[in-house]
Amino acid sequence: MAEDVAFKHIEKTSLIGKRIKKPDAPAKAIGKTRYINDMVLPQMLYGKILHAGRPHAEIISIDTSEAEKLAGVHLVITAKDTPDLKLGFVKDNAPLKSKVLCERDEVAAVAAESEAIAAAAIKLIKVSYKDLPGVFSAKDGLKKDAPQIQENFPGNKSLKFKFKHGDLAEAEAGSDIILDHVFNVHYVTHCCMGTSCAIADFDHNGKLTIYSQTQYPYNYKMDLAPALGIDPGDIRVIQPTTGGSFGAKLDVYPYEPVAAILAQKTGRPVKVLFDREEEFINSPTRQPAAIHLRTGCTSDGILTFRSADVLMDNGAYTSWGPTVPVIMMRTVSGHYRVPVIDFKAQAVYSNNAYAGSFRGYGNVQMTYATAQHMDMFAEELSEKHGMDPIEFHLKNAQKSGEVTPQKSYLRECVLAECLTTAAAASDYVNKHKTYTEACTEEGRYKRGIGLASSIHNAGGAKIHKSDGCGTILKMDDYARVTVITGASEIGQGIDAVISQIVSEELGVPPEHVTLVNNDSDIGPWDVGVHASRTTFIAGNGAKRAAIKAKKQILAAASKQANVTAEELDLRGGYVVQDKDGAAVIRLDRMLRQMHFQPTPDVVMVSDYYEPNSELEGKDHISDHSAAYSHAVHIAEVVVDTYTGEVKVEKVTMAQDVGRVINRMGLEAQMEGGLAFGLGFALSEEMIFEEGRLLNPSFRDYKVPTAPEMPEIEMHFIESDCEEGPYGAKGIAELPTIVIAPAIANAVYNATGIRFLNPPMSPEKVARAIWEKKQADS
Amino acid sequence: MKLLNLTINGRKHTKAVSPSMTLLDFLREELNLTGTKNGCDKGACGCCSVMIDDKPMLSCLLPALEAEGAAITTIEGIAKGNALHPVQEAMIEMGAIQCGFCTPAMVINGVHMLAKNNNPDDDEVKECISATVCRCTGYNSIEKALHLAASKMRRAAHDGS
Repeated sequence: MAEDVAFKHIEKTSLIGKRIKKPDAPAKAIGKTRYINDMVLPQMLYGKILHAGRPHAEIISIDTSEAEKLAGVHLVITAKDTPDLKLGFVKDNAPLKSKVLCERDEVAAVAAESEAIAAAAIKLIKVSYKDLPGVFSAKDGLKKDAPQIQENFPGNKSLKFKFKHGDLAEAEAGSDIILDHVFNVHYVTHCCMGTSCAIADFDHNGKLTIYSQTQYPYNYKMDLAPALGIDPGDIRVIQPTTGGSFGAKLDVYPYEPVAAILAQKTGRPVKVLFDREEEFINSPTRQPAAIHLRTGCTSDGILTFRSADVLMDNGAYTSWGPTVPVIMMRTVSGHYRVPVIDFKAQAVYSNNAYAGSFRGYGNVQMTYATAQHMDMFAEELSEKHGMDPIEFHLKNAQKSGEVTPQKSYLRECVLAECLTTAAAASDYVNKHKTYTEACTEEGRYKRGIGLASSIHNAGGAKIHKSDGCGTILKMDDYARVTVITGASEIGQGIDAVISQIVSEELGVPPEHVTLVNNDSDIGPWDVGVHASRTTFIAGNGAKRAAIKAKKQILAAASKQANVTAEELDLRGGYVVQDKDGAAVIRLDRMLRQMHFQPTPDVVMVSDYYEPNSELEGKDHISDHSAAYSHAVHIAEVVVDTYTGEVKVEKVTMAQDVGRVINRMGLEAQMEGGLAFGLGFALSEEMIFEEGRLLNPSFRDYKVPTAPEMPEIEMHFIESDCEEGPYGAKGIAELPTIVIAPAIANAVYNATGIRFLNPPMSPEKVARAIWEKKQADS
Repeated sequence: MKLLNLTINGRKHTKAVSPSMTLLDFLREELNLTGTKNGCDKGACGCCSVMIDDKPMLSCLLPALEAEGAAITTIEGIAKGNALHPVQEAMIEMGAIQCGFCTPAMVINGVHMLAKNNNPDDDEVKECISATVCRCTGYNSIEKALHLAASKMRRAAHDGS
């Protein structure tokens, strides 16, 4: 036995639930991190795009001659240089346009020696347009005489969705209360702090390397290739550090193929980087929607049916936005136990901006409606039948093992515990009663408390045939671990979680784990950061790979220690006896012995984890996620009835997280997610006039800053998800989803006014209060 | 073009710059100090904050030539060698860094506040970072980090006295 293991005993400890620092945080703290925005490649040119700046027009002519003459300009391209190149999953978009269908449309692009020259060249391009009458709302798009926006989509009809379950007429007849409202959910956008950027570089074999902010590098190749007319196999995606994403980069947008086309034609690397105004105008939005929601309930407080008819403005092109009904309908059918469901959604082409995916993905919009209906029922049942509001929620809360009408199987369901925990911690019932009584009293400042909950997929969402993630793990002779994962890091912290999980299994410190996950030529397949899936899916993959490596090491060690592998464990950088922690051999020595024995072996394992979920089919009846989770938010607000300002003072949240993995990352996702929902609820709004964005700046589009943030009290309910890594569930979208209706319900509690159309901006709130006063007097 | 003389992170620089060049572009493009970020280029997001003669300023709004003779500290000049500033340490420790794009500005503003007042209350901390937009964190963790850094600095000041 080697000297350093004599009398050494290492106790079994666990990192799960501990606070693990983000490995990339130190470099970010000292300003050393190189973001894609900071990158300059040798010989690089700067690309700039001419956007139409008008919503609907024919392009009569484009004169690029002056731009081409400008010193330092290498190339100017228009749609005629890129015929037949199509983009988007219904192929209704193109890198460059021959007809203008929305303000952001890309009309021409320049590659030049500097950003300044490229910007000057753009101004020299002369385009002659013939403006056309436009469609600026979904309703107008459906009118018989509406101009047709997309030539292949008559009647302006884009995607539509349907789901029915049970007998609606019977359920309506059996309802004592039926609520019927239209909620108009507005346009907001991601506002990633690092603006959109792509750098494209072709080699002499025709292979494209694209430096991209994408959050789904592998399918990205499939989506980008047709826009370039090349094979997806000839694309290498490199993901430098990115300044946030939040769903904004879950699709290919025209600036990316434009950068690639410029690079292909000039033979030089080309960088396209948006300024902030371009970012506002040319980025995807959250999908706006008019949600006509009807919900029924008995006088005993049992939900009888929910019907939702959703009309969505598709904008000019189809990205992820109009697909959000896939998740909206899960909320309609799964937010509490609802026996009868009728869901319809229709997207309609217009000349407006188009939506992409955005944290919360349809559920932010739908929960804003369903959670307010729940509150309306609770108010009415309390007033007329003296029912406790929490009792109403609990009566309808599903329990573990229940299956929703769409066949979401709620294996571990702790909605009831989330409700009682948050209600007790915030003293909801008493405060609600007190504020209700004070609502009609005189006074400038009104207090209110509001409760909302929701359900979301927490184990991926199988919208592709595989929702899996590949992991390759190797260990070197010094017991350092390299994990190559398909999972992308966009700031959310999968780097810390994977290091933590691998350390947990292999008994090495997290800082001895290096993550490689930014190069599609190296990493194995994954479908991207979305659907709150990464900790669940990539975490499971990393765990399974680490367990394989551990088995290999312990099998080798067992021969040497003359015990079975089951009697051994890896702890603190040693192979130890499992029962008492007695050290057997230092791990690095063990690895070297494996390496240099007569039959040499090194530790290199791989894993492809596929969750046990079912593909989302055309009928929308499938257990499409490997886990589902609930959250409850209780918001306490003060409304200034003079100015209409709503100040959220405190939020008490209780969320089913399955099991806490990295407590620090979990808290960070809760707070950050909540901030998004808070901005959506109170201040953020893209204001359009005939398809033109009127407020493309941080001065006119108000994202939350530090003073607007409430105190946040978090309660993590651990339901121990059978399928999740160590019991964990996906967590990052629910905080964005639940907060807005909690605030709306609190504002109702304070003022007696329902806000069906967010945001609850001071202007809107003050006006509603004034109008109510006029009506009351 | 005009000659600009200034000190950045303790090092003297003399360079010819165009009158239209902002200090932000000067730092990022002429000196390759890319730690200072361009979030909006309009003075509305705070990401480009640097310290000019010990005062946090937005470098995107300032013509570089206006900084003639000034002593500027950027994020690259906050740590002393390998020793991070307590604000940087606390930002890492409290999980206040996600995408990290706003981090340099948060650090610059935090360092400035704590140099003047190492016992700030909640409102002073909120005020200190109120002009910088962060889209990832929700700010609470940054506030906690600044409080933690303040307590570390108070302890250090106490131990040193």
